[in-house]
Amino acid sequence: MLDDFLNQFLPSTVGGLVIGSIYALVALGYTMVYGVLRLINFAHSEIFMIGTFTSLVVVTAIAPASPLTGIALFGVMLLIIVLSAAVSGGAAVLLELVAYRPLRRKGATRLTALISAIGASLFLQELFALVIIPWLTGNAGRNQQSSPRIVDRDTVFTIGNAAVRIDHIIVVVAAVIMMIALDRVVNRTKIGRGIRATAQDPEAAVLMGVSIDNIVRVTFLLGGAMAGVAGALYLMEFENTVFNVGFVLGIKAFTAAVLGGIGNLRGALIGGVVLGLIENWGAIFLGSEWKDVIAFTVLVVVLMFRPTGILGESLQKARA
Amino acid sequence: MKGNGVTGNANPLRRVGALFDGARDWWEHAKTWQRYAVYLGAIVFALILPAPWIGTFMSPGSDWTTVLIYPIGTYILLAVGLNVVVGQAGLLDLGFVAFFAIGGYTLAYFATQHGWSYWPTVVFGIFLAAVSGVILGAPTLRLRGDYLAIVTLGFGEIIRITANNTDEIGGARGITGIPHPDDMPYIGLEFGVLPAPYYYLIVAAIVLVIIFSVRLQKSRVGRAWAAIREDEDAAELMGVPTFKFKLLAFAIGAMIGGLAGGIYAGKAVFIEPNTFPFILSATILAAVVLGGSGNLPGVMLGAFVIAWLPERFREVDWLKTALGGKDPAEFRILLFGGVLVLMMALRPEGLLPSRRRKAELHEGTGGMGTMGAEVAGPDTEVSTTEAAK
Repeated sequence: MLDDFLNQFLPSTVGGLVIGSIYALVALGYTMVYGVLRLINFAHSEIFMIGTFTSLVVVTAIAPASPLTGIALFGVMLLIIVLSAAVSGGAAVLLELVAYRPLRRKGATRLTALISAIGASLFLQELFALVIIPWLTGNAGRNQQSSPRIVDRDTVFTIGNAAVRIDHIIVVVAAVIMMIALDRVVNRTKIGRGIRATAQDPEAAVLMGVSIDNIVRVTFLLGGAMAGVAGALYLMEFENTVFNVGFVLGIKAFTAAVLGGIGNLRGALIGGVVLGLIENWGAIFLGSEWKDVIAFTVLVVVLMFRPTGILGESLQKARA
Repeated sequence: MKGNGVTGNANPLRRVGALFDGARDWWEHAKTWQRYAVYLGAIVFALILPAPWIGTFMSPGSDWTTVLIYPIGTYILLAVGLNVVVGQAGLLDLGFVAFFAIGGYTLAYFATQHGWSYWPTVVFGIFLAAVSGVILGAPTLRLRGDYLAIVTLGFGEIIRITANNTDEIGGARGITGIPHPDDMPYIGLEFGVLPAPYYYLIVAAIVLVIIFSVRLQKSRVGRAWAAIREDEDAAELMGVPTFKFKLLAFAIGAMIGGLAGGIYAGKAVFIEPNTFPFILSATILAAVVLGGSGNLPGVMLGAFVIAWLPERFREVDWLKTALGGKDPAEFRILLFGGVLVLMMALRPEGLLPSRRRKAELHEGTGGMGTMGAEVAGPDTEVSTTEAAK
């Protein structure tokens, strides 16, 4: 068994880093909204799903006859990333407007908001399954939808017996770039200061002239955009999507956010990567059908023993 | 001026609420014999409910008695169980289907693989469900509400995936050949293919569970749950052992879920992992929340409506053509989701809330439990008409 493990260790580490990057991007949305609103945006998983489908539509429209390379590849990837980010960001803002803002007005409890989030999540899933997917693709709504291959699975280099392919590199690099960009926005811009202020002390923020409504809107927009990028990368890497792709991935991304320290942006990155690795390494021993159970168990264990996560809670301490 | 003084309440569901409030007020002031008369009336109603002439209206396409057993009866039983956890103790459980599954699989596995007889196995299933409720609750009940929700969701999925991956209990193919309940010739019930005996069984289970639940609610336990639900920190400070009572709520809810699982498996004869998906947890939660969590008649009404309406509209032709040939029942989850969002914004206490619960939820404004900013901010409206009651 040990040499089984050693044999599969490096390839599954590579796989773990790839899926971990996707978890990290989605986790950013959860962690930001939680930091500002103390709310688990249960419907964030559907924002991710919307990102995958935006990407699918664009890719099918471009309809590459064969996988792309070079400038064409770069251009197409940029296109799907930007469009998915835009659509997902917009969807997130709309979600906030419909499902959460009325509750904020009324001073609703957290649990009421969570139930509303669940309702929104179910609604979006079913909307896609029943109406939007058939309209977009002409296929049955609940089936898996596959995407044409965007990039060839060429190995760029190998570490030991693990092949690191171009698609792996694209996912990880794109994710890192987005996270650096988000970090810049949160730490160096005025709106970012507003976000951190609201997360730290809403009362003082209001007194200092921060418009909470605006901040919330921007938070959802940024988190949604990150999820959109994750969706585009997911589709490129796995080449299929389905109406409820967000369900399990969303819980795992939330686990990643908690693991890294909810409310903490760098924590989302670390949590995502660590979860991806644990999941993949665990799968070597138990088999890949147990991956989800492993992830959920990590959630329970983290919440039991270190609920503040690896880096600890706090959006304002993003500088760590 | 917003936020000060009495704001006009533009809530369109206010009229509906007033109707139910009237009935509620009568009930509060009703004498004991009047209440027992209502109980008797309810039982008589339940006994004549499967009548064919009701069935032609309520369920023209399929057998009314079967629909009454599943989904209606089963959902009601599950909703009463979840009500203990969500409505009475105020713990958001998104993985309730796990206990339903444990009850069902216990009966399925031990009866088919080891030849155990029906009723002892169902009791054992209830016991196992309670144990798993404690196992789930022990590490997680110290968590904040929304974290608890996600963890319970994870647990529900863990159970389903484990059932799927474990060939010993059938794996993805499930278990078939589950025995029916043992015949009870002394009260004239034979459990074969006909649905009627199962209906009476479910009614008996529901009545029992209701009595149990109401007794609890009126006892020290129920008062502790109410205290925990309203303000856990204050309850703890007042000497309520909150953790133990939360665990008890979990265990009792789990037991009811396990009972429902055993009864369901005995009728359905076949179960598999996909019989117990997350969407069922969400549906029962919707039933509890929309019906009026914490209030038994509300919860039962909610479960009845959520179970019955999709079945009723399944074969309605004009609706089918309007939806482009699709079975209207397919849209039920879409509708649930939308209704949940709407209800949380307009009437979070549900259709038939208890007065207390309604007051709790409309408390509004800053302080404990507000979403987001601890201060209301200049744009928050406060419905002081509610607070003034």
